[in-house]
Formats: sequence, C-alpha cells, structure tokens
Amino acid sequence: MIEIVSAGRCIACDICVKACPANVFDPMPDAPPVIARQEDCQTCFLCEIYCPTDALYVAPGAEGPTAVSEAEIEAAGLFGSYARALGWRRGKPGGADKDPTFRLRAASR
Amino acid sequence: MTAARPVARHRHRGETLDLATDVLVIGGGPAAAWAAVEAAAAGARIVLVDKGYLGTSGATAPSNTGTWFVPPGDRRRAAIDRRLALTHGLADPRWAHRTLDTAWEKLHALAEWGYPFPNDETGKPYLANLRGPDYMHFMRRRVRRAGVKILDHHPALELLSHGDAVAGAAGVDRQRNRPWRIRAGAVVLATGGCAFGERILGATGLTGDGYLMAAEAGAVMSGMELSAQYAFTPKPSALNKGLPFRWASFSREDGSPIDTAGKDRHVEVAKALQEGSVFAQYDKASPELRNWLRQGQPNCFLPLDRSGVDPFAERWPVTLRCEGTVRGVGGIRLAGEDCSTGVPGLYAAGDAASRELLTGAITGGGGPNSSWAIASGTWAGRAAAVFAARIAGQADNRPVTRLGGAALQPELASEEGLSAAEIVETVRGEMLPLQRNFFRRADALQISLGRLDAAWSDLRRQAPGDGLAAAKMREAAAMIATSRWAYASALARSESRGMHRRLDAPAADPGFVCALEAAGLDRVHITRRELGQGTPAQ
Repeated sequence: MIEIVSAGRCIACDICVKACPANVFDPMPDAPPVIARQEDCQTCFLCEIYCPTDALYVAPGAEGPTAVSEAEIEAAGLFGSYARALGWRRGKPGGADKDPTFRLRAASR
Repeated sequence: MTAARPVARHRHRGETLDLATDVLVIGGGPAAAWAAVEAAAAGARIVLVDKGYLGTSGATAPSNTGTWFVPPGDRRRAAIDRRLALTHGLADPRWAHRTLDTAWEKLHALAEWGYPFPNDETGKPYLANLRGPDYMHFMRRRVRRAGVKILDHHPALELLSHGDAVAGAAGVDRQRNRPWRIRAGAVVLATGGCAFGERILGATGLTGDGYLMAAEAGAVMSGMELSAQYAFTPKPSALNKGLPFRWASFSREDGSPIDTAGKDRHVEVAKALQEGSVFAQYDKASPELRNWLRQGQPNCFLPLDRSGVDPFAERWPVTLRCEGTVRGVGGIRLAGEDCSTGVPGLYAAGDAASRELLTGAITGGGGPNSSWAIASGTWAGRAAAVFAARIAGQADNRPVTRLGGAALQPELASEEGLSAAEIVETVRGEMLPLQRNFFRRADALQISLGRLDAAWSDLRRQAPGDGLAAAKMREAAAMIATSRWAYASALARSESRGMHRRLDAPAADPGFVCALEAAGLDRVHITRRELGQGTPAQ
C-alpha cells in the first residue's frame, strides 16, 4: 500500500491525485498531497511512475499498512526504483521498446 | 483522424454537471479506450467517464500483457483449432476468427500511430505484447487526440432510459462531490469484470458496476459460473501476474515439494494451501531468463525485492488470489456481433461482456482477453456511433428516466443496515476462500447464497446515501449482485467444466454443453441456453 509522500521530493504538482485510479490522495493548498484513503490503495505502484520527482513509495504488502520510514527508503535507494526498472523518467513513459518479454513468451512455449 | 464535434454542455441545474453527447463510454481500460477511438472515427461526439483515471484504471495498466495475435491463413486456423480444443465445448470459432482479425488490424494501427513496440530477434516489431502502463498512457493520448471528452474520477452510478432505450447515465464526480448527468444516443459499458474485493491489480475499480447497471436496464449475464479463476501471487502483495511462475517450483512449510508434474498446478497448490502455507521459488529459470524476467516483468519483482527476498535463491510465501470474472469468463451476454446487449442503445465490451464465445470454460487471461478488449471495444464503439447517428441530435433533449435501484431508489421503507464495507466483507468471505469458490459443492454454494441474498435484502431496505456514500454502496451492491449470479449459476451447473470445479460432481456432463444465463436482481433466475440458439453469429 501507498506509505510515503516525501515532503522533501514532492513539488505539489498533484499529478498523483489525478492519476491514482483508487483516488487515494487528497490535494492540499501549497503542500504535498496527503494519503487520505490508504485502505483503497490497490498496491499497483502506478503512482510511483507517474510522479515526476520520485516522491512516492508503495510498500509491497496489499493487505494493510506497513511501518516504514522515509529515511530507510531513501537509504535503500527505493524511491523511483520501479520507474527506473521500466525506463520511465520524470513521470513520462520510456523503455517499452526495450522490453524483452517476447523472449520469455518464446521460452515458455 | 476526424475531430469530433464538441459535446453539448447546457442547463446547469444547481450543481449538477449536465452534458449531452452521441456516445457515452463508461470505463477506463483498453476496451473503453478502443471504443472511444472507434466511435470518434465515425464522427460521433464522445464522452468517456471513468471512476478512476483513463491510463491507470483497470487490470491492464498495472500489467504486462500478451495479445492473441496470429497472422491470417493456415497459422490462424491452426491456432484457433488448438485453442478451441481447450475450451470445453463452449466457445465458437467464428468469434475467435473475428477477434483475431480485428486485433491484427488494430495492433498494426497502434504500431503506425507510434506505440513503441520492441523489435524481436529478427529486427521486426513484436506486436504480440503490450506493456500495460505504456500502452494505456499511449491510449489516453490517442483518445484525447480523437476529440473525446474525458472525465476521470466520475463513477457512473446508474443508466438513464428513454422509452425502451438506454439514453445516458448519471453519477458523481468523486473529487468534487458533484453529481453529473449525461444524455447520450448510445452507451458503451466497458467497466471491466468483478474481482469480489480481492487484493489484485486493478481490483479497486473492478467491482462489477457495469453488470449491475446493465441488469437494471434489462440485460442478462452469461457464464457467471466461470468466475473461479485464481492466480499465484507472492504473499502479501497484489501481484497476480502468472508469467514468472512458469519457472517456479512450489513447496510446503516443511520443505517438501508439491508435485505438479503433469497436473494442473493451480489445483495442486490450492489443495496444499487448504492444509497450510505454500512457498515458491523461481529456481527453474536459467541465468539468461532471470535477466529477461527482471527486465521484462519488473513489477513482479517489486514485492520480493522490497521485502529483501532473492526470488531465485530463496523460497517465499505464495498464495492464490481470486480473479473473479476479471480473468474468469462471465459477464453481460452479447446479443449480436456488434456487442449489443439486447437493450436498445446499450453495448458491452471488454471484461464487462461475457467472453464465453471466445474462451469457453477456461480463462482468457493474457493474450485472448487483451485482444478481446481491442476487438470488442472497436465493435461496440462503431455500433454505438451508428445507433446514436440514427437518432441524431434528439438525444440532447429527450426526457430520461433513472434506472438505478439498489442504494439509489429503495422499494421499501428506509432502514439502517449493513455498511458498504460490511457488505464487501460479506462478499470477500463467500467469494474468495478456496474451499468455497475454487472448489465448489452444492451445499456450500447454497449456504453462501443464503448469506449473499440476506446482504442484498438488507441493502435494498436502506435509504440511499448522498453522492460519495452512494458510490461506495453501489460498488457493494454490484459486488453482491455479481456474487449471487455467480453462485446461482455455479449451483445450476451440476457438473465440472474448465474453471468450474464441483467436488460433488467432478466429471463433465455432456448434457451441460450449453450456456447458463443469469438474470434478475431481487430474484435471480438461471436459464439454460443451447449453444447456437439465439447466440450471436448464428
């Protein structure tokens, strides 16, 4: 589930408020959005890749909140790790042209 | 591309957003996007409303999906024959041909439009795979460029009618808590399947809303007993993606391997999960495959990486999560090749429609469903545009009647009752456990139906809430309705076939090579329909 909106990284663009399919975030005036409906999060990680500043962290557990601190996520280099793995940058798509999944499909036959 | 005429925006009554259009598309996944693009190409005015965000909503956006993509000719005929042999007699080869034909055409169009397909080892674009986030980001831009008005976070709560035809929908803008009403010449339901409240990718929006709205308009469901598809998922994540599991081995708590050789792995793991914890490990992947898996399926590794687990070297807890009708089969019965529903002006596409004619009694997960979303969305969008053109601008001003029942217009005196969250918990309790849904038996189905019927009756006695509360209660109502159709159909099909596994009737019965239709809300009726009688394309 969504756990962290990093105040240090967030530029309050509110893209996550719009892009989250579960409507988890609420915008705040001149401040980072807040996680208003965490229980609705479907743990799809898409908010992370739409965030232009890698300010969001989704913990892998889908059944309830996880106790994680921003400092440990920062230290582990996990902010933006999904976007980097895909090849997305600054909230924009990239990397689909290098997707080797066709090799997996050939190998699984 | 034809730029659509602007959508008429008129008559602000109080705070309600009041619009009129030719075609209203409800949904935010690939079927909705393809329907909108196709209807716009026909010159119709289009509004697309989604309860989430077109680009991230649905089961496709968070995934990496294959497509069913086979060139015309002998190879295609052979692929259909191979597939048909697996469908337990319920599929129709003509629908496979049509789906492959349209998907072939539209995937080539996607390449022409500039979607960044990878090149295969021969240097040619590989069109048989779509990376979900990129694909749906691309489709959103395509829909916008077609002149479609997109309203995100605008859940539809009910359909509107004029005479016997569907004439629009009404709902709420959940970020502004403002009601909306859109009159339309035709409506496409591309609202996805129902995941019964399971924690899987896309499930937040996949609550069966389109089924409920369609049933209230008089449409019927088909194949709802085919709603017992389950997916391997690293615990406790929501990553119900199967591809890496092709290289997995499974073991019990004590380390003893689960023998799946030559057997249905899902069944063997389901049996073991009823006795205790099960663990998986991707130990069958070569080093080369491991690299491709990490590069090609990065989301599958997030839960494991972020838990500090090396999925190739260690074993980790795995579970089976229910995918309901999302990667199950059942949905709104199609009445014609144009994805009409039998209700004038109402069309269904993607997982909102029954996929029996394409996939029979087995999952269409992965390739077939993905190609189905493209093809059925295209057909529905095209037909809706034609239907809307016949009544031209009349849709803008005709009087409309609200069709929503449960949680919107109660029949009986107002009462307090179960909350939406309590109703969802009831659905989860009956629909997710392996011993109730994966392995079915008549006595347990009857007990579940009793509880689900009671929850439905409770909900029907309640006074309607306001916009946001009504939206939550409508989702709960749709989940309960879907569950009741699923289990009533499962009870009626007293045999086992494909994903429908009856412990008390473990063999297939040749007398059940037929479709089961589910209709009704306060009372559910199951009707047997012989294949080829009144089914489309006959």
